[in-house]
Amino acid sequence: MIPRPHGGRLVNRVLTGKRREALLREAGELPSIEISYERLIDLMDIAYGAFSPLEGFMVQEDYLHVLYDMRLSNDLPWTIPVTLDVDPEEISSVKEGDDLALKYNGEIVAVMRIEEIYGWDKKEYARQVYKTTDKNHPGVAKTYHRKELLVGGEIDLLREPSHPLENRILWPIETRVLFREKKWRTIVAFQTRNVPHRGHEYVQKAALTFTDGLLIHPLIGWKKPGDYRDEVIFAAYEALIKYYYPKDVVVLAGLLMNMNYAGPREAIHHAIVRKNFGATHFIVGRDHAGVGDYYGPYEAWEIFDEFPDLGITPLFIREAFYCKKCGGMVNEKICPHSEEYRVKISGTKIRSMIREGKIPPEYMMRPEVARVILSFKDPFVH
Amino acid sequence: MGEEKVEVKITIPKSLYDKIKEEADNAGFTDIEEFIRFVLEQLVESGETGEELSPEDEEKVKERLRALGYID
Ligand SMILES: [Zn+2]
Repeated sequence: MIPRPHGGRLVNRVLTGKRREALLREAGELPSIEISYERLIDLMDIAYGAFSPLEGFMVQEDYLHVLYDMRLSNDLPWTIPVTLDVDPEEISSVKEGDDLALKYNGEIVAVMRIEEIYGWDKKEYARQVYKTTDKNHPGVAKTYHRKELLVGGEIDLLREPSHPLENRILWPIETRVLFREKKWRTIVAFQTRNVPHRGHEYVQKAALTFTDGLLIHPLIGWKKPGDYRDEVIFAAYEALIKYYYPKDVVVLAGLLMNMNYAGPREAIHHAIVRKNFGATHFIVGRDHAGVGDYYGPYEAWEIFDEFPDLGITPLFIREAFYCKKCGGMVNEKICPHSEEYRVKISGTKIRSMIREGKIPPEYMMRPEVARVILSFKDPFVH
Repeated sequence: MGEEKVEVKITIPKSLYDKIKEEADNAGFTDIEEFIRFVLEQLVESGETGEELSPEDEEKVKERLRALGYID
């Protein structure tokens, strides 16, 4: 069965029709603030129910519960605070109970009912969420650059800027309807920000052996230089699906969501969000959403012990490698042979071959996939 | 978000209690009350989708899915 959304009800705060028009007119008269692209993404995730049961940016009670207990104030699992930061001067003219228009690039995108304005301790946030206060951690660095106050309250989305990949993005209600149409009862979701190599394919197929369907769910959002461009990732997956997956077992859809690199906490967050999209299972990688060596390799697995009430089943599938003795793709759990027979599939190695315009060997990457990636003049973000 | 709570007292056979406790332990719940709440929620809510979707909205969703090639 497709699981109920987190908290029981799929949030929808996207206004349409007459209500939208009326509120848009009103919003023009309201005090307003400009929000960043990342907060716009949060806003859309809230409005379209990807962050159900959140109806807006967190008030202090939820914020503190999430920070220290990894649960909302109603005890529902939630591990990453979703907050809107502002400068004191920006909101000097508003108080709790007022409405505030949120603008992106000068255009009104949403209205927020201000429930609470409160201060926060960024260092403490970093310590709790990222388990480090080191500003070399990309998530910590971002946190330190945020503004001094937080504003909590419900939002209504009025307008969304167009996105170059908007035809690649599905929202939870869409994947839920889609899974029902396909009559899938069990769906495993796979998080990615990469082009697929043989290791990814192995992990996905290991999971798909036991489920009706696979949701390949690349994160679309801010990327760092050297990452594969989103359109390259989609094209590469399309080739893989076309040549190496049976018909009608895979859905490829983009997820517009921020990446925090919060390791274990983010693994839980990723699972909750996929439950909202209708997945029953979620593949959690080794060092999932990690960066550098801030987290232990299996921390992202162990944290799931603390959440028996998550409502989505994590699948801990070990990294795959090629074993010459086994004669195929295997993992630690099923191959008894020693290192000398094992060939690791390294994303870094593949990347440097792609950079040189070379097709990686077939045990690393399917040639059809490699050719598609190489057909792009420049597959990387700068 | 804090919903009002009611206290319910129920009497069940000791053997059933022991079984529930064992199940709760096996499932990793440290609190038996939490486990009972979880099981009851699952039972009561199964069959409901938790989505507010009018037939017209559903048709709109399907239209987009069709346009994007996800369904025929
Ligand atoms: Zn082997």
